[in-house]
Amino acid sequence: MDHLIGALVGAPLLGAAVLLLGGRRLDRIGHWVGTLLAAVSFALGVALFADMLSKDTGRRTFTSHLFTWVPVDSFRADVGFQLDQLSMTFVLLITGVGTLIHIYSIGYMAHDERRRRFFGYLNLFLAAMLLLVLANNYLLLYVGWEGVGLASYLLIGFWQHKPSAATAAKKAFIVNRVGDVGLSIAIMLLFTTFNSFSFSPVFGAVRDASGGRLTAIGLLLLLAACGKSAQVPLQSWLGDAMEGPTPVSALIHAATMVTAGVYLVTRSGAIFNASATAQLAVCVVGAVTLIFGAIVGCAKDDIKKALAGSTMSQIGYMMLAAGLGPVGYVFAIMHLVTHGFFKAGLFLGAGSVMHGMNDEVDMRKFGGLRGYMPVTFITFGLGYLAIIGFPGLSGFWTKDKIIEAAFAKGGGEGWVLGVVALIGAGVTAFYMTRVMLMTFFGEKRWQPDAQGHQPHPHESPKSMTVPMIILAFGSVFAGGLFSLNSSFLHWLEPVTGYSEGHSPLTAWQVSVATFVVLVVGAGLAWQQYGRKPVPAVAPRGSVLTRAARRDLLQDDFNHVVLVRGGEHLTRTLVHLDHSLVDGAVNGTAAGVGGVSARLRKVQNGFVRSYAVSMLGGAAVLVAATLLMRGI
Amino acid sequence: MTTSTGEAVQFWVLAIVAVLGALGTVTMRKAVHSALCLAGTMIVLAVFYLAQGAYFLGIVQIVVYTGAVMMLFLFVVMLVGITAADSLKETIRGQRVATVVTGVGFGVLLIAGLANAHLSAFTGLGAANSGGNVEGLAALIFTKYVWAFEITGALLITAAIGAMVLTHRERTERAATQREMAEQRVRSGVQLPPLPAPGVYARHNAVDIPGLLPDGTPSELTVNATLRSRGQVRDLSGEPLTRVRELEDGADDYLDQDRPVRRDTSAANGSSEGAAQ
Amino acid sequence: MNPVYYLYLAALLFTIGAAGVLVRKNAIIVFMCVELMLNACNLAFVTFSRLHGNLDGQIIAFFTMVVAAAEVVVGLAIIVTFFRSRHSASVDDADLMKL
Repeated sequence: MDHLIGALVGAPLLGAAVLLLGGRRLDRIGHWVGTLLAAVSFALGVALFADMLSKDTGRRTFTSHLFTWVPVDSFRADVGFQLDQLSMTFVLLITGVGTLIHIYSIGYMAHDERRRRFFGYLNLFLAAMLLLVLANNYLLLYVGWEGVGLASYLLIGFWQHKPSAATAAKKAFIVNRVGDVGLSIAIMLLFTTFNSFSFSPVFGAVRDASGGRLTAIGLLLLLAACGKSAQVPLQSWLGDAMEGPTPVSALIHAATMVTAGVYLVTRSGAIFNASATAQLAVCVVGAVTLIFGAIVGCAKDDIKKALAGSTMSQIGYMMLAAGLGPVGYVFAIMHLVTHGFFKAGLFLGAGSVMHGMNDEVDMRKFGGLRGYMPVTFITFGLGYLAIIGFPGLSGFWTKDKIIEAAFAKGGGEGWVLGVVALIGAGVTAFYMTRVMLMTFFGEKRWQPDAQGHQPHPHESPKSMTVPMIILAFGSVFAGGLFSLNSSFLHWLEPVTGYSEGHSPLTAWQVSVATFVVLVVGAGLAWQQYGRKPVPAVAPRGSVLTRAARRDLLQDDFNHVVLVRGGEHLTRTLVHLDHSLVDGAVNGTAAGVGGVSARLRKVQNGFVRSYAVSMLGGAAVLVAATLLMRGI
Repeated sequence: MTTSTGEAVQFWVLAIVAVLGALGTVTMRKAVHSALCLAGTMIVLAVFYLAQGAYFLGIVQIVVYTGAVMMLFLFVVMLVGITAADSLKETIRGQRVATVVTGVGFGVLLIAGLANAHLSAFTGLGAANSGGNVEGLAALIFTKYVWAFEITGALLITAAIGAMVLTHRERTERAATQREMAEQRVRSGVQLPPLPAPGVYARHNAVDIPGLLPDGTPSELTVNATLRSRGQVRDLSGEPLTRVRELEDGADDYLDQDRPVRRDTSAANGSSEGAAQ
Repeated sequence: MNPVYYLYLAALLFTIGAAGVLVRKNAIIVFMCVELMLNACNLAFVTFSRLHGNLDGQIIAFFTMVVAAAEVVVGLAIIVTFFRSRHSASVDDADLMKL
């Protein structure tokens, strides 16, 4: 088992090492090596999954201890793996979707000179992400956490010759740092509180810890999750991260890495369960983000940025569910998995569209593409139906459950969260219908690109369509499969726990309400974008629309509050440094200098002056002697 | 226990002498006087040593200190001579005040400490000197203090050699020959022949009157350097010369007169007042 | 009379000698004042010898004399050398260490 898990993480790591260190001579086979190793990792994951299924429910958690890194007194930083149902789910999602996207990238990146390097980074990402979900302690999790951050940075800025990409990469890195600081402080607090980093001792001792400590740890973990999962208030990087190649957006910024925050909250469920404040904070962050992302998604004309807003919003759902406690953990993860399928599918579809349209991303310049790229249209359409929660498809099964769980929180909070989630579902239907209509229906609004090439939309090569088809299957069937006999619930329950909750509404009522909201949202979108021609240049729009185009002014907010504030703070500190610190230092120096200049005059070179001080010293000695004798 | 009345009288008389001698050493302007005052004080101290039973030290004090060391001082005083350093004028600002303050403070502290020690009883040297003072000292020096004694011997030799090294002057170049010295003199451009004599005018034949150069100006070279530095040069050029001319003009009257000597004497006495009359 | 008066006298002479070292500029007189201080010490040693009834104090005084003699020899040699090079016997002229 040890070796299998090691190989699971090691295969993509080996791939990254080989591809990044191998140099140009691997250029021709690099993408095959990367894809092969990702596939090996997936195969190992499947083997482990089969092995796990063969065991009893209670004995499925496997913990291994590889070695101890720097044991100092009571500080033990162990390197070890924990493979349980939660990790297993993630392993399959990461390696499965990861492998598909590797295959897709072979076609998508075919004309890029640095394709080998791209696959190296993708493999690095897989290894780091697997390390993150397989770690049996927070310290190792942190290593993976930073690893995926690094891979994300490298991949967003992959086309570093574009200033926008380089800036976006830096932005993602820096915003993530804020969250990472939260995680590192949380880990320090965990150690001082529980004297251990490992999951099982920590969760076992949660009952003995003080509430304040747990709330602090919970909020810091939430901060970390906000950074990694692009939740309010650390969401600003995700939209810009779309500067990266589309497979990256699909794998990292839709299916896997951005869900690491949900994983962290779910994994630390024991801590959050013990602190109602932290749980509520998670719920509020999730609810705010799901509306925030949805509104942003409604206003963006860039297809990838609209999908990024959607990702933000869907992760908001997951966070909301994770914040609900045992009622929601299972559904958070379930939605995470199905979201991984359909959002990856949508992104790959968007990539396919861009591939056929000279890398154009503005939806106002698409239109009427359904006949030109049928496979893309069908897979994208299935993903679309899945994400809006069309009955029977994946999103329906998982999103409804989350809305139901939100109502089940009970009391006023439950109603507020439930209604917000419901409205979010409507807005989701609106913006996804908008994307669908603007891209595949209506007039052709194609325009030549900057070099004057008229776009010739065509279906993408097999290497790209096959992954899209597979993901479309997942989008359609995964949710139903998971809900069949509540199989996913029974699968994950031993790890996360589950409680029914007391929903004021029945499951049927929620489903009907959701469906109504969804029809209304889709209908509004059709009203605006289906019946009327879409203007090729964006109309001015309302205040909300303009704000939403600017990501609801969050960058402006960050600029005014953080950047300007930081500048002012820096200036003040520099001033203080100059006046106080330098003043003290220079003042001391000047004081010493001044005193010395005066004392120097004592050194007048006259023997007799020195003799006076000798006699004075002798007098002092006599006085001291007399005093010591007690006279 | 007290000492004898005779010793007390002797102490009070000689203590005053000793203090006066010490003050003289400090205050006398000339080094020779200081040395003499110091010698006086040392002799008084020698008497005190004798009075207190330190016979050997008393004699050594007179022979070595007053005799040898003070003579050495006097030799050095002779070598160095009178210098500006003998001035009692203070050149360092605040030195006098600082000296008085520290000196008085030190002295008062020392004497107060002694006064507080309550040294009313004393043993006396009767027992210690019973075998003779010199023998007692010798026994101690050659037993208990033999190492210190040896080391002081080494110190004295070192000091003697040190003094020789310090005062010895090594000639670093060949001594100049007489020819070289003569050439040196010529080259330096000083006056080689004897200096001109003063008072070249017979009527004013005196060493303090400069001789006149052909144009009538006085020549400083003709007057003795000592007189020059004292400013005792009598200048008869200028107005006195007109007087001389008058005298020459009246030479006929002068030759007619019977008593020339008297006027001659008054002129020879030579004050300018006399000349003006 | 108590021999402690000798000690007072010694203290007085020592202080006068010290003051002399401080106020006089002529190196030779400064030296004489140092000798005066040494002699005052010797007087104190001799008196202590009498107070305690043993000869150790006199021995110390004897050694003081020997050391003083050595010191005088070297010191006067230094004065002579100094006078030769600087044509002065003033301690204030020995100021080459001044800034």
